[in-house]
Amino acid sequence: MNGMLVLPIAIPLITATLALLFRKSSYLQRLFGLLGMGALLVSVILIFRDVQADGIQVLQLGNWAAPFGITLVVDMLAMLMIGITAIMGVVIAIYSIYDIDREREQFGYYPLLHILVMGVNGSFLTGDIFNLYVWFEVMLIASFILLALGNSKNQLQGALKYVFINLFSSLVFLFGVAMLYGMTGTLNMADLAVRLPEVENTGLVTTVAMIFMVSFGIKAAVFPLFFWLPASYHTPPVAISAIFGGLLTKVGVYALIRVFTLLFTHDTGYTHTILLWVGGFTMVIGVLGAASHVEFRKILSFHIVSQIGYMIMGLAFNTAMGIMGAIFYVLHNILAKSNLFLISGIAQRLLGTFELKKMGGLYKHYPFLAVMFLISAFALAGFPPLSGFWAKLSLVKAGLSIELYVITGVAILVGLLTLFSMTKIWLSAFWGAVPEEVPDHFGKQPLFGAGGLHILMIPVMIIAGLIILVGLNAQPLLELCMTAAEQLLNPSVYIEAVLGPQ
Amino acid sequence: MDTLLPILAGAIFATGIYLLLRSSLILTVIGIILISNSVNLALFSLGRISTENPPLIAAGSIEPISPFANPLPQALILTAIVIGFGLLAFALALAYRSYRELGTVDQDELLKDAEDTSAGIVPRENLENGGDA
Repeated sequence: MNGMLVLPIAIPLITATLALLFRKSSYLQRLFGLLGMGALLVSVILIFRDVQADGIQVLQLGNWAAPFGITLVVDMLAMLMIGITAIMGVVIAIYSIYDIDREREQFGYYPLLHILVMGVNGSFLTGDIFNLYVWFEVMLIASFILLALGNSKNQLQGALKYVFINLFSSLVFLFGVAMLYGMTGTLNMADLAVRLPEVENTGLVTTVAMIFMVSFGIKAAVFPLFFWLPASYHTPPVAISAIFGGLLTKVGVYALIRVFTLLFTHDTGYTHTILLWVGGFTMVIGVLGAASHVEFRKILSFHIVSQIGYMIMGLAFNTAMGIMGAIFYVLHNILAKSNLFLISGIAQRLLGTFELKKMGGLYKHYPFLAVMFLISAFALAGFPPLSGFWAKLSLVKAGLSIELYVITGVAILVGLLTLFSMTKIWLSAFWGAVPEEVPDHFGKQPLFGAGGLHILMIPVMIIAGLIILVGLNAQPLLELCMTAAEQLLNPSVYIEAVLGPQ
Repeated sequence: MDTLLPILAGAIFATGIYLLLRSSLILTVIGIILISNSVNLALFSLGRISTENPPLIAAGSIEPISPFANPLPQALILTAIVIGFGLLAFALALAYRSYRELGTVDQDELLKDAEDTSAGIVPRENLENGGDA
């Protein structure tokens, strides 16, 4: 029992309440935003120390013993995920100070941001499948409003697609939960893992596995269920795009990793083969979509889809190396992808547009921003010595070691195509000539100093620093991911931690 | 009841899917409502329906008189209904707002403009100039 596990949920809730109480004061809301996310980061570090020292941490809420009450569980995977969430929270809280306009602040941007983080953390922490559904909904309702907040035509159109597809996916998820309960009579994930192998009708278990794959697949935006993502993620303000693009789809990936390592391992020849195909197609279709677009944020949105494919592929390998690669890829991708979104926001502030053909001259006037872009883009494409290199390397190694040469080849090829669309952004927005029509401040407003752009640059520099740090010193993080993968492949550790010795 | 409820849930689900596929936004919202209800019904029937004592603990004793009915599916459905209600309220508000802003509830019309303004797929000649704009 570790009471601290409740903090990553409680702190954002308290911050959200405070921000709601002081809705009229932009200053206080921003301050609470920073303090809240800072406190979250501290609490996560404290939990990390316990996880490092004593292994999986468990909290039985309300002191109800395991299969009856709701359990919060932090194994290494959940630990890494809440860690990256806290880092993203801090970064987005800083970026929002300048990026979010007063009107959105007045209409509840900050409370919603914290509720969103609460929902994400809850999804990572919970050890109960119905509770996971509830946290998903908490996260969804916050994301719905964040996406629609502002009511511009584009946003409404994006929100419509996002809302209805995600509502449907939640209902599919709920139906899957109902079937699990009908088969086993329990909702606790550890207890489910014990009882599912005892179910005689394995065909029905596979059916439920597919229901979960569809539901989480929609949330993670895998092929062929990804269409809502590129249609909506480029519409809200950049701070929101960044946290959506970085974090939200990864909650779906997390849920997929969780259920397909803990619950549905009875017929991996069937389920994981489907996952492998899904991963392959997701990679290819996503990157081709990115290649055909010329809007900064749309390209990035399609790349989210493409990168999700790598994570699904790692999961489908179902080996320690593959899952380690998938987890490392999730962490690296959250950093690189959010940073690219944040940079696109700065570029848009300077040039007044996201359209690549109307952009140009950023390298000439803002070389530092260009360097930041290069770091993140190269990390995304997988250049050594940045974080993406290690992520891709472990996945490729995992693929080769179980002799899946075709999909490994596809993964490498998609890496090249990623580089192609990053080059496209680089050639027009950064190296291109300064367009004829630019806002008056272009070239005059410095990145650091008057004008406040440095507030936007701080998060970008933090993340770029982390990307380089992870790239140059990947060993500690790789080891943590390996621990996480080993725990996932050996569910008895998880089960014993939750239910006690069997 | 054991056979009737699943069939009913299936029929409502199918109706919901049909409505989801229609082009009017209002029908889509109603479709989601129907699917939500059918999933709740499915949850109810998968929790096994039985005619036993209510799961109430009489004064002085520490457990209900057995055999007692399983209260958990109802608790789950209650939670699901509350959540569904909140999401539905938002979906309706969004549909109304979209109607006010965009002047139509036909989804083909609603989403048509998006391709033009947000620069989805652009004509080929623009792509080729993209590099040196």
